[in-house]
Amino acid sequence: MKALEAVCADVRPAASGDALVAAPASVEEAAAVLRVAAEHGLAVIARGGGGRLGWGPPPSRRDLFVDTRNLDRVVEHAAGDLVVKVQAGLRMDRLAAVLAESGQRLALDAPLPAATVGGTIATGAAGPLRHLYGTPRDLVIGLTIVRADGEIARSGGKVVKNVAGYDLGRLFSGSFGTLGLIVEAAFRLHPVPAVREYLTAVYADADAAHEAVQAVLHSPAAPSAVECATIPDGIAVGVLLEGATGRAAQVLPLLGQGARVGDAAPEWWGRYPEGAVLIEVTGKPTALPDFLRAAPNLTWSACGHGYVGLAGETTPAQVADLLVALRRIGGAVVRSAPAQIRDAVDVWGPIPALSLMRRVKDQFDPEHRLSPGRFVGGI
Amino acid sequence: MTEKVTRLAERLAVLLGPDAVITDPVRLRTYECDGLTNHRARPALVVLPDDGAQIAQIVRACVAAGVPYVARGSGTGLSGGALPRTDGVLIVTSRLRRILEIDIANQRAVVEPGVINLDVTRAVRPHGYYFAPDPSSQQICSVGGNVAENSGGAHCLKYGFTAHHVLSCEVVTPDGEVVELSADGPGYDLLGVFVGAEGTLGIATKVTVRLTRVPQTVQTLLAAFGSIEGGGTAVSAIIAAGVVPAAIEMMDALSIEAAEASVACGYPPGAGAVLIVELDGPQAEVEHQFAQVKALCEEAGAFEIRVAADDAARALIWKGRKSAFAAVGRISPAYLVQDGVIPRTSLPRVLARIDELSAESGVRVANVFHAGDGNLHPLVLFDDAEPGAAERAEGVSGAILDLCIEHGGSITGEHGVGVDKARYMPRMFTAADLDTMQMVRCGFDPAGLCNPGKIFPTPRLCGEVPGVRKGVHPLVEQGKADLF
Repeated sequence: MKALEAVCADVRPAASGDALVAAPASVEEAAAVLRVAAEHGLAVIARGGGGRLGWGPPPSRRDLFVDTRNLDRVVEHAAGDLVVKVQAGLRMDRLAAVLAESGQRLALDAPLPAATVGGTIATGAAGPLRHLYGTPRDLVIGLTIVRADGEIARSGGKVVKNVAGYDLGRLFSGSFGTLGLIVEAAFRLHPVPAVREYLTAVYADADAAHEAVQAVLHSPAAPSAVECATIPDGIAVGVLLEGATGRAAQVLPLLGQGARVGDAAPEWWGRYPEGAVLIEVTGKPTALPDFLRAAPNLTWSACGHGYVGLAGETTPAQVADLLVALRRIGGAVVRSAPAQIRDAVDVWGPIPALSLMRRVKDQFDPEHRLSPGRFVGGI
Repeated sequence: MTEKVTRLAERLAVLLGPDAVITDPVRLRTYECDGLTNHRARPALVVLPDDGAQIAQIVRACVAAGVPYVARGSGTGLSGGALPRTDGVLIVTSRLRRILEIDIANQRAVVEPGVINLDVTRAVRPHGYYFAPDPSSQQICSVGGNVAENSGGAHCLKYGFTAHHVLSCEVVTPDGEVVELSADGPGYDLLGVFVGAEGTLGIATKVTVRLTRVPQTVQTLLAAFGSIEGGGTAVSAIIAAGVVPAAIEMMDALSIEAAEASVACGYPPGAGAVLIVELDGPQAEVEHQFAQVKALCEEAGAFEIRVAADDAARALIWKGRKSAFAAVGRISPAYLVQDGVIPRTSLPRVLARIDELSAESGVRVANVFHAGDGNLHPLVLFDDAEPGAAERAEGVSGAILDLCIEHGGSITGEHGVGVDKARYMPRMFTAADLDTMQMVRCGFDPAGLCNPGKIFPTPRLCGEVPGVRKGVHPLVEQGKADLF
């Protein structure tokens, strides 16, 4: 603790257990903290808002939490270039507010309220806008990380078009703190659209919902998002159209009778499904009806990504059976679950290229001190 | 040919059949360089595999023999990424030209790496789809090459780069393992780092590409300005208005002159700069924004605006722009194509400085650029018959890259680093940055046999402890690597 206090002003014991928390306020301080951790062989867990700290298996060791929330500056907002560079601990909602003053946005939904920029990248989090704009991997144009040994390293830059060197921004997206500590990120921005229209309709069965989704996908509507969710009344489909003018009239007939237009998102839009067990599913767009039939509670982005929620009283055997069914359709990863379920099921499913992933991990973190055990194959 | 390579050639001839292995020095010369012709190296041997399984066999044979290898698609790259090794094998993917699957319902296609970029679009166009990355070489470049270089094109301003349009790849890793890398599978996004790694992390043997719906409407205009500043002002105004055009391209007076001499594109006489703006998407949206763009160009001082009435008129507008690189051959015996990026708002300052550099050195520079994203393609003209001219041109070309770095930009927006720009990497990145990137390379290719000598000026010895290095680099000493 003393060694940490010498390099970082904000060091404290963690709320529970023997672990410590260090909250560096600059990139240099973060690097110094990781150097001390390296010297003392400490296992380091990066944390931002904490909303997804419980995702994935719990780390096998937790000596030091590096809390990024003191790293909350907007480093540079080049509005004319549609680029922003920020520190990792900045909250996504604060970033959105800053950008909105210039009529701009980071086209990335933050499904959890207190999410930070760093946490969003580290967990690869995105919402409905992934349909048109992708996930953090597609919007990060520059990344600064602190390595396990305390070295600061940058990749990319602050221009959108750039192929100089390897793109570590994509590698670190969704790496859950197992390769290094994300401290700064530069993003490509988009203008805030003048008009937003949400088209919604509810269907009685999976095939009807799927048909509506396919009709929109293959039309020239160019939607920003196409979402689907199981709701008490049936299966809801929502289409987000954004732009300079209203275009709802053109798309509405594709959703059939009873479709509505509104300027606010429906209540179910962009949320994780309820339940103590959260499973992330991926598949081809046409996997939708199969997923709908297999899972009781699904949210789905039409580009091929969704979540299944299950109630806490579900037994491990029921979850295991569901995972088998889901993996016949596409990919299924248990993101969060009570310990007795998580320990009893295969949370990841098949992992192609695992040996390559292990080798990359060994290069970045040879001592396996960064969130050990939290990632695929025990990485 | 060393004995090692001779034995490897024999082994490969057994594995692939004799017609797939080229050792004849005359035929090998065809493969000496890619689109960057001032770097040449004759490969020790060239192999022409038929499928991914054969590529895996070749790589395993190379690894067993300790011989370096380089993959090559159509050879149109402009940074020497496919420059062969004189002591190594060149694996050419030109026989892997099958489109394996077209899945319109799921908006994707699976293709072999040698498939020509435009052939993907041709195959899916009847279904109302296309493959979005459109590098200017799209009639001949391969999808595998696009993956290696993370190719862009004029329309990447709105639609992004190859990385955004590849869903997964079957890859032969540098040790000969066949793996599937995908963007949304569990684990690290190895696909994300593989795309754009310039062939240093393995060879793609199957590529699943995303197909994009053909837009409902396309509108294109050509605006002529008295000066480059006017054009720059218009670009800024368009972006500030919240419009994201499919493309915004600019050409200066010298490149217009070249294009006229070459293809008689008939751009407005007396223009100091022309701007091509293309909008696409749903009709209502495009019509609204097109009126806005037109008004903004007029406000910025455009003295003539031409709107393409149909596809033929659009093709005519694009003709001058697309021919620009080749066209400077009409006004100069030789030229260098540069590729640098600056923050778009620095455009006026950077162009003024390029003008000064040109005046100081007496070297003419024609400017063609993707103005929307600040990607400059200065064409540095020189007479290769004149002693010292090539060096002076190189000097100006390098100074332009320094200018890009100084303004917070990049040394390459789409052509890649390859061998051409490896020496500039330390100006853009610190030693720690480059060392960190090479950790990825060490994870994929600890033996350093897969396209060695590209991107990084100094190879990292895999397995070494990070820190300061002293003396001759061990890989150099062993003759496994060169310093650039």
